[in-house]
Amino acid sequence: MSDRDTIIRVEEVTKRYGKVTAVDRVTLEIPRGEFFALLGPSGCGKTTLLRMLAGFEMPTEGKIFIDGVDMSSIPPNKRPVNMVFQSYAVFPHMTVFENVAYGLKFDNVPKSEQYGRVMAALADVKLDHLAERKPDQMSGGQRQRVALARALVKKPKVLLLDEPLSALDAKLREAMRFELAELQDKVGITFVMVTHDQDEALAMACRCAVMDRGKLMQTATPSNLYEFPANKFVADFIGSVNLFEGTLQVDLPDHAIVHSEELGGQIYFDHGVSGASGEKMWVGIRPEKIELLKREEGSNPPTPEDAPPGCNVAAGTIRQISYLGSESIYEIDLINDRRMQVSRPNLSRWDQEDFTWGDDVWLRWHGDSPVLLQS
Amino acid sequence: MKDWREDKTFFRATIALPVIWFFIFFVIPMAIVWAYSVGENVGPVDVAITGTFANYAKAFAPEVLKVMGDSIWLAALTTLICLVVAFPVALAMTFADDKQKTWLLLLIMLPFWTNLLIRTYALIAVMRTSGVINTGLEGLHGLLMTVGLPLGSFEPLPLLYNKFAVVVGLVYVHLPFMVLPLYAALDRLDKSLIEASLDLGAGHLETIRRVIVPLAAPGIAAGLVITFIPALGAYLTPDLLGGPDDLMIASLIERQFKRANDWPFGAALSFILMYITLLFFAVRAFLERKGGKVGAH
Ligand SMILES: Nc1ncnc2c1ncn2[C@@H]1O[C@H](COP(=O)(O)OP(=O)(O)O)[C@@H](O)[C@H]1O
Ligand SMILES: [Mg+2]
Repeated sequence: MSDRDTIIRVEEVTKRYGKVTAVDRVTLEIPRGEFFALLGPSGCGKTTLLRMLAGFEMPTEGKIFIDGVDMSSIPPNKRPVNMVFQSYAVFPHMTVFENVAYGLKFDNVPKSEQYGRVMAALADVKLDHLAERKPDQMSGGQRQRVALARALVKKPKVLLLDEPLSALDAKLREAMRFELAELQDKVGITFVMVTHDQDEALAMACRCAVMDRGKLMQTATPSNLYEFPANKFVADFIGSVNLFEGTLQVDLPDHAIVHSEELGGQIYFDHGVSGASGEKMWVGIRPEKIELLKREEGSNPPTPEDAPPGCNVAAGTIRQISYLGSESIYEIDLINDRRMQVSRPNLSRWDQEDFTWGDDVWLRWHGDSPVLLQS
Repeated sequence: MKDWREDKTFFRATIALPVIWFFIFFVIPMAIVWAYSVGENVGPVDVAITGTFANYAKAFAPEVLKVMGDSIWLAALTTLICLVVAFPVALAMTFADDKQKTWLLLLIMLPFWTNLLIRTYALIAVMRTSGVINTGLEGLHGLLMTVGLPLGSFEPLPLLYNKFAVVVGLVYVHLPFMVLPLYAALDRLDKSLIEASLDLGAGHLETIRRVIVPLAAPGIAAGLVITFIPALGAYLTPDLLGGPDDLMIASLIERQFKRANDWPFGAALSFILMYITLLFFAVRAFLERKGGKVGAH
């Protein structure tokens, strides 16, 4: 990627607080105009990384470039970025209008121009009718909009958002997801959002960086994170997954076979994988990529009809069913007592009754479904 | 059994002791002093309560008004200097980490726990003609002379027994009164508001002016009142550090009860001091009510 298209470049950045390493050698590039999410469990260092972008924390090691400029010696009030704080940090002693106008004073925007820009920013967040309100007369969602308008009115190169939806109630959170994504589309400013909620990140972001214990695990589009996770952590953190430990036995250009004690058999891949033969690895299979078929009691092994070429098959018994409306989650015990999760969409209104507790089933998944994970 | 909330005898019992205490040690003595203030001397020790306001009228004599005026502006100057000194201190304490906070707080409180007389004499030792400051200056003067600067003979600075000394002493004694309420107000302030201000492009001074001071206003008001009132009634500090011309109200009151043996006038002066104090409380309460909508959050 050329420098022209990269708005933020994080180079080998480490941040230590005494003995705690909050951010550990993170290297990252964020393209201009993208909705980017920093995703990871609580305490993984997302906020610390975001605060380093804003300038509230300085990297212990490494460098941050914003629009090609080294930020090492640039204080927060001189950076071309603005932040929406997790607590919103709306000034309680100012009206909504004054809050939004606050940052314009320091950009030497003439007074005559300020009014128009503030009202336009308030209109963008649908708050123009509340310009004279004081923040203590507003709901949390409205205060968040004030914080958004206050940052956007400055036309920053990057907008930083720390857990923007975490303090909202469930209904509003859903609505705000779309609204934030729409707003980003409209203003065209690069958004960098921190969140611990994978649904949120996948739904809103063009690309996500997944972090764990200060380290960057993978940066990819939401679908690539889900379908091609780089390691066990990402596979497990994004969505749910059935993970099996195994060793690579056959590694050919057109197919591969992993032997797994845990699964009690072999897992067939209909494509080549890159890995050293005999090494310990993990195989991940997503619950929705597994088919359930009725199995005659005691029928073992499967008939050729149950297991066409290129498919993997395992025998099990249904232990639990969680009915979730649009789909059901089946917890299935394999013959060796290892548990697997399978999800099925409830395609027909009568569908759910096909399988019930205690049913013997075949689990079948295609050779292109499992992913091989080296770490 | 009755709900504990309904059972009022327990609450009445707990409040009885403080109420009795308040009456015996505050209301009754104040009533006696007030009675004296409307009385007349009828012998060397006897006072007759005649209901006269002559003692209050005496307070409007020019020399008494001068003392009161001096007291008010010395206390006001002290309060202002305390604010200017204490604000950065309180701000620094707010941003220090927990361990440093404890130490800074201790540093502020340590003089507070030392006897006032000892502190005042220590200050005298520093500021007198042959004190630490003047001796140091004399040494410096001598040094500059030997390197050839034509300075003339050394004149020690008149640091003691004037209004300067009184203000220095009052600031020294009353600084904690200002630091503590300011610190309490600043520490409560949401730090992300400060970061938001910086993030939006404000420098540090702009942030102090536009965000920190307005939000800490109730704390600043509390600090002003809490510092001004004891400074106005200060006795030992102006008495020991001031000259004969630098009397404050408390010293004047003391003279009436002792040397002048005019208890009714002393009592009247005491009540005037109290009225001034109450007036400042009223002003503060008024300001607080007016600014309450801003400050309370
Ligand atoms: N100012 C600080 N002082 C000491 N440790 C900190 C500080 N800020 C964050 N940390 C530590 O750094 C780690 C990452 O924190 P943070 O970036 O807030 O995580 P996240 O936002 O992903 O939940 C945590 O272990 C946290 O305790
Ligand atoms: Mg966080």
